[in-house]
Amino acid sequence: MTDLLSVLPYAVAGWLLLWGLYGIVTSKNLVHLVICLVVMQSATYVLLLAIGYKSGAVAPVYADMPPGTPAVDPLVQALMLTDIVVEATVAALLLALAVQAHERGGSLDPARLARLKG
Amino acid sequence: MSMQLAPWTVGVPLFFAALLVALGEKLPRLVADLIALLAGGVTAAACALLFRAARSGPVVYWFGGIRPRSGVSLGIDFAIDRMGAGLATLAAVLVICALLFSARYFEKPQASFQALLLAFLAGICGFALTGDLFDLFVFFELMSTAAFGLCAYKSREVGPLQGAINFATTNTAGAFLTLTGISLLYARTGALNFAQMARSMGPHDALVLVGFALVCTGFLVKAAVVPFHFWLADAHAAAPTPACIIFSGAMVQAGLYAVARLHGALFAAPLPGFRPALLGLGIATCATGALLCYAQRHLKRLLAFSTVSHSGAILCGIALVDPSAYAGAALYVVGHGCVKAALFLCAGMILHRLGSVDEVMLHGRGVRLPWLGALFALGGLLLAGAPPTALFLGDSMLDHALKGHAVARAALALSSVVTGAAVLRACGRVFLGWGPREPDAPGGGETDEEPETDRGPIPWSMWLPAVLLLALAFASGLVSREAAGRDAARMLDPHAFAAQILDGAPPALPAPPPEEPLGPGLLHAAGTVVAAAALAGLTLGRKRLPQAVRGAVASVWSPAAAALRALHTGEVGDQVAWLTLGAAILCGALALR
Repeated sequence: MTDLLSVLPYAVAGWLLLWGLYGIVTSKNLVHLVICLVVMQSATYVLLLAIGYKSGAVAPVYADMPPGTPAVDPLVQALMLTDIVVEATVAALLLALAVQAHERGGSLDPARLARLKG
Repeated sequence: MSMQLAPWTVGVPLFFAALLVALGEKLPRLVADLIALLAGGVTAAACALLFRAARSGPVVYWFGGIRPRSGVSLGIDFAIDRMGAGLATLAAVLVICALLFSARYFEKPQASFQALLLAFLAGICGFALTGDLFDLFVFFELMSTAAFGLCAYKSREVGPLQGAINFATTNTAGAFLTLTGISLLYARTGALNFAQMARSMGPHDALVLVGFALVCTGFLVKAAVVPFHFWLADAHAAAPTPACIIFSGAMVQAGLYAVARLHGALFAAPLPGFRPALLGLGIATCATGALLCYAQRHLKRLLAFSTVSHSGAILCGIALVDPSAYAGAALYVVGHGCVKAALFLCAGMILHRLGSVDEVMLHGRGVRLPWLGALFALGGLLLAGAPPTALFLGDSMLDHALKGHAVARAALALSSVVTGAAVLRACGRVFLGWGPREPDAPGGGETDEEPETDRGPIPWSMWLPAVLLLALAFASGLVSREAAGRDAARMLDPHAFAAQILDGAPPALPAPPPEEPLGPGLLHAAGTVVAAAALAGLTLGRKRLPQAVRGAVASVWSPAAAALRALHTGEVGDQVAWLTLGAAILCGALALR
């Protein structure tokens, strides 16, 4: 059971990554596409947290802990926060472009917006 | 002393970018332009000083003074080698040229455009100088996001929007794969500092190999390597001309630099699958880019596909993991950056003066612009490998280093000949009125774009950066191949690098790789330039060829070009499908060996 639980987060991360990619490839709507990109990004959160997790360890706040208490890796959590900030910017930018595309092109379907070919 | 300059390369452009966003619309246009140029100039000077300081080994700067203790690093560093500092300097020079060019390019003052250029510069400087893998990712994303904004700048039209959406989606998907790879490598090493990671890497098992392949995938998406290249032409056709020069001149090469730097810093010997995988991708990129370049009539897309082709040539050099090949690739980047940026500026001037970038529509309309034509033709000749630029030096070094890889050498030569010929062909058609008034290849989407400016005479602020870049291209022919070789050898020695970063050992002084005489290189260059001119001449003068020859060529070229172009549907879903395929190929090639 513990084996299954320790593998599960990695399986979830892989599943989310591939599902997000599949969603982007088949997307017929730009908003849906941005959401799929965010799903793909969630895979990296799960992966980072799984890597930093230590069974039986506490949160990495040492205010009232004796030194040497096992704690989960705080670095991956910092990385994840940075990741959220960076990618929120990208998602916002893409959504703004989707709004513009709908205004100018009258559609959110990437296939109907494709003017640049070959 | 000079290492104290390191944080300024990121801080200065970011500060002035914020200042321009806050005050830009209120400032008089001239003041805003001068502030932006000042910021670019200070950054370029800082990067150049760092480049000078790194001549006897990497310069290390620890943020907050948190140095490693007993060989363990907890701080974050900038580890500045000559390759990184050189790339940052090149990017800063290109940003200055873009700022100059855009001074009279847009109708209204464009403080936000300048701010985006400066934010991009901050991103690429940090990207090139950092010694920490996660910082590398953060700066990569800063650079990318600024680039998405630059690309979407003309967001009033559908074409540019599509280009920006494709660019942002594919590059962000690639960045997530890079982050996944970084996580996997961190899981193994427990470190993010390059030097620390190299020491605790352990066996090169599937975890390390897949992690490294995923990290490379994101960078190769940025480098527009086949099959990750689809976004590049769309982004270049969409972006305003001043943004194109930094995309083609520095951003694409930054992706390649990251692959070379990471592999050099983390692995003492080439990973078993690294060389064949990257050589294969490089050859495919060279050939695909060259053919698509020749099939274009949209001048900016033509130049964009030529960048794809040259990116493949640089990748072939990186694949070899060899000092002289790395030195050749670095010189190639410098020369290509100057020449390609100058060519994009010429295309921008054509769009400004004649209101179109469609080669066929422009037939003969440039006959009254002999100087612009001369500049464009000179760029074409240099792109084909004419001496004395760093592009020529790099090309001959790569050609020599690839001895024994006949296919790769042929692909590199094809890349020089065909991309040079495409520029010369466009030049003959537009400025001399030669050749038929019909496209040279079937199919394709939009062939033109809306003028970005009020048409009028070309101001000096557009001439100056183009002339400056070509002058720099000639000056770059004077760089020392020996010094480049020594820097490349340093880049490939992870043990000495880790000892310097973690133990404070003095930098290594490797022997430079043997220097080859330039005679064969000159012959090679003469061959590619003559072949490029001949190909352009034959294409333009094809009506005079016998019918049988024309028919035979057309029966091969037309279906090939049409088939290749049909793959470029411009739909983002298809582009991400190709990206997934490429990532799978790369992971398979590295992990299954």
